[in-house]
Amino acid sequence: MSLTEIVFLVLAVVAVGSALLSMTSGQLVHAALWLVVTLGAVAGCFVLMTAEFVAWVQVLVYVGSVVVLVIFALMLTRQPSGARSAEVTGNRWIAALVGLAAAVGLGATMVVGFRGEQIEGRRIGTAGSIGDALFNDWVLPFEILSGVLLAALVGAIVLSRSGSDR
Amino acid sequence: MPLLYPLVLAAALFGIGVYGVLARRNAVMMLLGVELMLNAVNLNLVAFDAWFADALHSGQVLTLFTITIAAAEIGLGLAIVLALFRALRTVDVDEVGR
Repeated sequence: MSLTEIVFLVLAVVAVGSALLSMTSGQLVHAALWLVVTLGAVAGCFVLMTAEFVAWVQVLVYVGSVVVLVIFALMLTRQPSGARSAEVTGNRWIAALVGLAAAVGLGATMVVGFRGEQIEGRRIGTAGSIGDALFNDWVLPFEILSGVLLAALVGAIVLSRSGSDR
Repeated sequence: MPLLYPLVLAAALFGIGVYGVLARRNAVMMLLGVELMLNAVNLNLVAFDAWFADALHSGQVLTLFTITIAAAEIGLGLAIVLALFRALRTVDVDEVGR
């Protein structure tokens, strides 16, 4: 087993463990911070699959801004902590069953379909090569996506404006 | 590295995300579960890109697009949660449905 595989398995254990802690944690802020650990471990997995640029985007966008946004929302809804803040529904066992079924079903499908395939250690994900692909082959989707992002941001501002002037 | 490692990890993260969305009562926590599922998808995209050694880098470019969509989604979702909190003084999805 190569060093890459060992590091990947360690990161996988960290990701799954912190994701479980995040989804079962009693306190919302703890859940958000455990999610940071999960996303960081996934970024490490991206690096090991030689997708460095995606890994940095993951760290910048997810860990840097999405989680901060979530913590802001927790503060603004004035329930950052407390015993009641992160209750689970009464059907948590059914939810656990459905989640387990989804994971096992997907995992079994993947094992049956792709057993024995190997990822070769070619360098494929540097910023230069991704930039080339993005601005040569994917320009139109990229521009459409910037429109979508702008529309979403304007929509978010309209929705979260205070209600007095509507 | 075997292709199965990232694929099985993604399946596990997706299952945990499904549990988070279904079991949590707080709307913000449900959004976190959705983010977890989107990350599992990203992991799959990057893994297949690395396995296939795609000349167009489809998997990684689509991952960047997914991350952007996820950022837009969480922005809109949190705005809706804030509007909900302002209207009903709660973000508990069970009480909102009542």
